Amino acid sequence: MIADVAAAVVQVLVVGLGAPLLVGALRTLKARLVGRRGPRLWQPYADLRKLLGKEVVVSTTTSWVFRATPYVLVATMLVTALIVPVTVARPPLAFAGNIILLVYLFMLGTFFLALAGLDAGSAFGGMGSSREVAIAALAEPTVIVAVFALALRADTIDLGRVVERFGREPWLAANPAHLLAFAAFFIVMLAETGRLPVDNPATHLELTMIHEAMVLEYSGRYLALVEWAGAMKLFLFMALLANLFVPWGLTGAVGPGPMLVGLLALAGKLAVLVCAVAVLETTVAKLRLFRVPELLAGSFALAFLSLMAVILVR
Amino acid sequence: MDRLAYGLAALVGLAATALGGYGLAGGVGAIRLAWLVPLGGLELTLDPLGGFFLALIGFTAMPASIYAMGSSPGERRDRFAYLVFVLSMCLVPLAANTMTFAITWELMSLASYFLVLHDRESKASIHAGWVYAVMTHAGLACLLAGMLLLGAWTGSPRFEDWRAAAPALSGTARNAAFALLALGFAGKAGVIPLHVWLPLAHPAAPSHVSALMSGVMIKLGVYGLLRVSLDWLGVGPAWWGVAILVAGAASSVIGVLYALVEHDLKRLLAFHSIENIGIILLGLGSAVLYHGAGLSAPALLGLAAALYHTINHAAFKALLFLGAGAVVHATATRNMEEMGGLIKRMPWTAACFLVGSAAIAALPPLNGFVSEWLTFVVLFQSRHLDAVGLNLVFILGIASLALTGGLAMACFVKAFGITFLALPRSDAAARAHEAPVTMRLAMVALAAACVALGLGPTLVIPALGAVAASVLGTAPPATVGDWLTLRVSGGYASLSTLAIAVALAVSLLVPLVALPLVRASRRTRDYETWGCGRIVQTARMEYTATAFAYPFKRVFDFFYRPTKHLDIEFHPESRFFVERIEYENPARSIFDDWLYRPALDVLRAGARAARTLQSGSANLYLAYILAALLLMLVLA
Repeated sequence: MIADVAAAVVQVLVVGLGAPLLVGALRTLKARLVGRRGPRLWQPYADLRKLLGKEVVVSTTTSWVFRATPYVLVATMLVTALIVPVTVARPPLAFAGNIILLVYLFMLGTFFLALAGLDAGSAFGGMGSSREVAIAALAEPTVIVAVFALALRADTIDLGRVVERFGREPWLAANPAHLLAFAAFFIVMLAETGRLPVDNPATHLELTMIHEAMVLEYSGRYLALVEWAGAMKLFLFMALLANLFVPWGLTGAVGPGPMLVGLLALAGKLAVLVCAVAVLETTVAKLRLFRVPELLAGSFALAFLSLMAVILVR
Repeated sequence: MDRLAYGLAALVGLAATALGGYGLAGGVGAIRLAWLVPLGGLELTLDPLGGFFLALIGFTAMPASIYAMGSSPGERRDRFAYLVFVLSMCLVPLAANTMTFAITWELMSLASYFLVLHDRESKASIHAGWVYAVMTHAGLACLLAGMLLLGAWTGSPRFEDWRAAAPALSGTARNAAFALLALGFAGKAGVIPLHVWLPLAHPAAPSHVSALMSGVMIKLGVYGLLRVSLDWLGVGPAWWGVAILVAGAASSVIGVLYALVEHDLKRLLAFHSIENIGIILLGLGSAVLYHGAGLSAPALLGLAAALYHTINHAAFKALLFLGAGAVVHATATRNMEEMGGLIKRMPWTAACFLVGSAAIAALPPLNGFVSEWLTFVVLFQSRHLDAVGLNLVFILGIASLALTGGLAMACFVKAFGITFLALPRSDAAARAHEAPVTMRLAMVALAAACVALGLGPTLVIPALGAVAASVLGTAPPATVGDWLTLRVSGGYASLSTLAIAVALAVSLLVPLVALPLVRASRRTRDYETWGCGRIVQTARMEYTATAFAYPFKRVFDFFYRPTKHLDIEFHPESRFFVERIEYENPARSIFDDWLYRPALDVLRAGARAARTLQSGSANLYLAYILAALLLMLVLA
């Protein structure tokens, strides 16, 4: 019981404190790749602190939905942090649900954020909400089908047991179905966390922004919470991608030793993923909004092929 | 006086819930009045499945009737039809032979027909009533044909005897009976492409009736499908299950796609009923397929998932229709483009509608999530099947359920956001008022039911498992985990919505505690929305429902095939000044264009051809009679 609580605290701390670092690393690396010096690694922490010190400006048009949303958003990410295998294969709340729950928890956050975008009554907010929910809706089939492909091969949809199974039998991962599912999931990760080529996290250009348009009315501590939740979402998606498809270094044991090993392994995997995303983001341009569905359809096709490969080879 | 009638209806609901609960708990009962009507007499029996649906009807009728007491006198005018409607619905799942079934089913259809026609002045509602009457009677014709054929083949009009005799019938006979009965029941359930009456009829009725029609009446179609595919005809060939599964997949995706571009609040909800029937059928179709393949545990789970979604949909759809009714009551319009900002003037309605929206969008930890999660797990059980073709059907089901979940979330962001948030888009919305206390009471009760059904699946599933086991004729599942965690398929998947709810509640407190610790500023200033420097914010600057749905219209344009009408009137002096712009971008229904219009054209051509017989001359008619008589004599 105490070990579980300790594991829960560690997972939440790793996700909550590590998320801004991940964002910082991604930004710095991207800047270096295009020949700029870029901000320091811990700049996101400084940004959050600055935002926390500022006053909040709330539009009089808004309702309680607008003020509650940052809290709901943070809460969904913290709960997700207790389910995703980050440093242990079976986090404390893993029994409460599986990947289907994760998908719908992320949707809970998107639902409230999209409502908050509409709440202020500005055209920007509505535009961002409309686009965000469109992308989230179209990304969902890919996640579920890709996960089903994994679950078929591991014989369970319990995240912890998928991780343990692939950790025990690493050769299972060297399989076309696995790689296809990974590619599909990677594209969805880019779409869901608002990265290029779907959305540009660094722009505030009215006609192209998606996520930034939705949170335009937020300021001060509310904006800090929203940004923090966004960073945690990126961290969680990347950790999920890393540990679900490359589960080595992660064990089911709860304790200081195994969790440290898990953390180090995760850091290594995340470093590789961050490099991949940074290179991708500096080499591709943002897609036009109405080309994004084609990308998502492509990722669905990959997930579907992966599933077919599993079923036909069985 | 009419309040008394609705009080009586609520009491009928209470009695139905109690009797249904007794049936659910394993109680049985039968009434047979052979002398009352010909052809087998009146016969009612209570079994667990019938008890389940009876309890469902009663459980939904109570809040709907209480709500009706507070609605406007015009809305609650048709009290007699309403009472007959509730009573006849209660009798349908108890009917035990063809005659009883036909009487109760038709009473239910007729009573609801009069309720749909409640606004007798409006052309739209007369059209809705007409389409409803035609579709429902076409369905009845299929049902009666199927039941009479089955009665002739098995030699008895009693459902009890079909169970014993049907497995011995030839394959063709069973397939024919299945096709006719399934078609009739699917029409009542609003399965695509037999759904055309639903988005017309449900919005036309008063809101408490819409809640019942969407919440329970169409479920009686599901009830029938369940009886046909698993009970009356015995174990069928695989195509029965495949047909149900594919119909479910199509209904779920197409229903939500139509809902997305719909801006009449009640029509939007009606389209979501089609979607949810689709989700129920995904569970039912899998159960039929697993049952046929001899996999009893997945079949039980599939049926339990379908039944769970049936209750859940009744709870949140009734809630949403009642909420929509309160909004229509307050703003006198069903058009979402004229709403907005209602959360400030109708806080109770808004909060209840938000709970319903989150539940129907399958957001954890509410009830819609639990049953969709179960349906996913059921579809994942196709891992036990070896046939590649069947696996493909299941993948279709999985992908469409996932797409449906995402699109439903998007649709309810629109439904709640445009209706309740931001600035009011019309004077009526700006002057809106909160609903009366009885209406609020009904909504709060249903919202509480959504939460309870979400948090307590471990209490509900064993009861549903017992019903499913009684239908499939297997032993009920031994255990489904402890009070906290639901475990299904021998530990294949587990879910604890209670733990999630507690974790969410605790996590909500984390920022509240942490922010003072990191010495965050607490200053808050109220100001207007940022708008690029314009003077004053008006509702015209807000995103509209049409604009919100535009990305979907664009992505799925092969399906919507939208047509664009742009009409600009320029100032007579200069083309640089625009006087008026009219823009319309309606979606066209492929079912109207490709199915119903050609079918109606053929029907009309046939009628025109038959008109030549009709000359108006009495002599000719006498000749017809003579010819018919001679023909009869020759044949005899």
